[in-house]
Amino acid sequence: MKFIGLAAAAACLVGAPIASSAFAQQLAPSPTLDAVKARGHIECGVHLGLPGFSFANDKGEWTGLDVDYCKSLAAAVLGDATKVKYTPTSVQQRWAVLQSGQVDLLARNTTITFSRNATLGVDFQGINFYEGQTFVVRTKAKVAAVKDLADATICVAAGSTEEKTAADWFRERNLKVTIINFQKNDDAISAYDQGRCDAYTAGIGALAGQRIKFKDPAEHQILTEIISNDPQGPVTRWGDERWQLVVRWVLNAQIAAEALGVTSKNVGEMKAKSQSAEVRRLLGVDGKFGDMMGISNDWAYNIVKQVGNYGESYERTVGMGSALKLKRGANELWTKGGLLYTPPFQ
Amino acid sequence: MMTFLRDRKVRDVLWQAVATIGMVAVIWFFVRNASDNMVKAGIASGFKFLWRDSGIEVPFNITGYKPSDTILALLWTGIVNTLLVSAASIVVATVVGFTVGLLRLSRNWLLSSLAGFYIEFVRNIPLLFFVLFWYFGVLAALPTPRDSYDFLGVIFLNRRGLSIPTPTEVTGFRLALLAIAILVATQIVLARWARARQARTGRDFPVWPVGFVLCGALPLAALVAAGFGTNWDVPSLRGFNYRGGFVLVPEFVALFMALSTYAAGFIAEVVRGGVLSVRQGQIDAARALGLTPGRVVRLVVIPQAMPVIIPPITSQYLNLIKNSSFGAAIAYPEIVAVFMGSALVATGQAIEIIAITLGIYLTLSLAVSLFMNWYNARHRLVTR
Repeated sequence: MKFIGLAAAAACLVGAPIASSAFAQQLAPSPTLDAVKARGHIECGVHLGLPGFSFANDKGEWTGLDVDYCKSLAAAVLGDATKVKYTPTSVQQRWAVLQSGQVDLLARNTTITFSRNATLGVDFQGINFYEGQTFVVRTKAKVAAVKDLADATICVAAGSTEEKTAADWFRERNLKVTIINFQKNDDAISAYDQGRCDAYTAGIGALAGQRIKFKDPAEHQILTEIISNDPQGPVTRWGDERWQLVVRWVLNAQIAAEALGVTSKNVGEMKAKSQSAEVRRLLGVDGKFGDMMGISNDWAYNIVKQVGNYGESYERTVGMGSALKLKRGANELWTKGGLLYTPPFQ
Repeated sequence: MMTFLRDRKVRDVLWQAVATIGMVAVIWFFVRNASDNMVKAGIASGFKFLWRDSGIEVPFNITGYKPSDTILALLWTGIVNTLLVSAASIVVATVVGFTVGLLRLSRNWLLSSLAGFYIEFVRNIPLLFFVLFWYFGVLAALPTPRDSYDFLGVIFLNRRGLSIPTPTEVTGFRLALLAIAILVATQIVLARWARARQARTGRDFPVWPVGFVLCGALPLAALVAAGFGTNWDVPSLRGFNYRGGFVLVPEFVALFMALSTYAAGFIAEVVRGGVLSVRQGQIDAARALGLTPGRVVRLVVIPQAMPVIIPPITSQYLNLIKNSSFGAAIAYPEIVAVFMGSALVATGQAIEIIAITLGIYLTLSLAVSLFMNWYNARHRLVTR
């Protein structure tokens, strides 16, 4: 009897690893995900300081919509939304910082464009903010529409999509403007505030945040006319598809949670009681979606529990619960007239 | 067999060859490695982007650049703007630096203290701060376009810059320039003749007053005459800004002021050191000969101080050229701002663009060094 027991134990000891290595799901190698787990935090490239999107408050805590995305990623991968290190990057630095591997991803108001995608070795993993470019002008200048800015001087951050969009827009209409390119957004803003320029141009969401930086915000007016579509979202390097998968589906999970009515308040209850098949798969009750990506199965539960769904995050950072007071607009679920749409968790 | 290795010359040549091959191999390895890795990471590389359309606006250029031109043209515009602000600053920094340096040595207590204060003030402030101070200082001091300072109704100064009229056709000015060239040539011949006559007969000729007429008054008259015979594109207020003519932007003025006043502080100290290196005996001897104080400085002190002054002043010039890159901080469209800023972000080709920029600064610096070495060799005192 004793001998048989020993033999069985030995068989188990030898057999189990073989069986598990043969039948367990094989994951594609992911150097970035492995590095993140080993390091214990996510290196997130953010904006130098854009209220509402990525901005270090007076206590030195990063807040904003993009920052919330970084936190969601940390909650999903490491189970703790605070495990993020933020690297502030300028318009010029951002690509080199990402390409060189100094950060795991960029979440910094970066517009998705063809040539960036085709030539910089970067991939865009979805859209977390639909931005549109406009101008801020002095109220007393009496500008109603963008075309009234003919012959004006416009301050802009060099190398941004706004620089090119503005130049193209006026050239297409045979209107002459003078465009002054500053290296940093903040320099362009203060030059405009000093009266060097008649207008400063940026995305309407970014302007709502940057307006706070003016000496007297009430003297300035943001035009409602939009001259571009600037979709923005997290950016990763080429290669490492499994990391891209995680980055993409963390964003989808934020949006899906809002669409399915899962909030930070009811997520525990939903996980325990919900009969919806998709909610059960999202929150890891069924389906083991985390395993398929190589992270914990309650990844989406952690996102919603610790950071909230997309709508909660939006209202807190740029929406009505914030100083920016931006309406949802295009950044509303498609079912409510916006553009947010996520593939099913199936 | 290997007896030729015993020859020291042969060995030296061999070592040089080995070192050269080794260096080339190392560079080749790094370039190759970088380009392989970039291809793997999906990053575009190579120099074809230089011929792509730039689409970048440059508010201040004298090259006739348009956004529809290539990135190569943008690079050229950046180089020209760098050279423009550097050259203007070098001239003014040299003049101011020499003046302040000599004043520092003045026996007048007030003058020497003021000069000393200026030098210490300038040398103890970071240049970036200086540039921003001038920029926002210049901006704050100027009025909005609607309240521009108006000179004779043709020149306007406001926060957007100094708008000056430009001629729409230049035939008159070509003729005037031709006349000026002839006048200057006459002055040169006259000065040589006067010097030869003084050496021969000892008689002075009033070279300076005549020179003032030939190189100052008459050319001015020629330019005024040309100006009246030409059509001008006069700036006028249209909507937000003055349009037409040429606009000297505040960025240029601020950077020019910052660089020239900053470098002048350093040049002043170099000049002071050079002058102090001339032995007191030389000055006493010159005075004993009855030379006026001005002539003592001009004919005895400066020529002997120059060999001491020129090498450190060369490095000040090089610093100034490199410091012109601070223009990027205030949107002056020099090479770092337009090429390493706008063009780099537009194309993403960081390695190529930074290599080109380095090459350009290196070329500029080497050219200035060579010129200054040549100048120093040419003006070296003939000593026994």
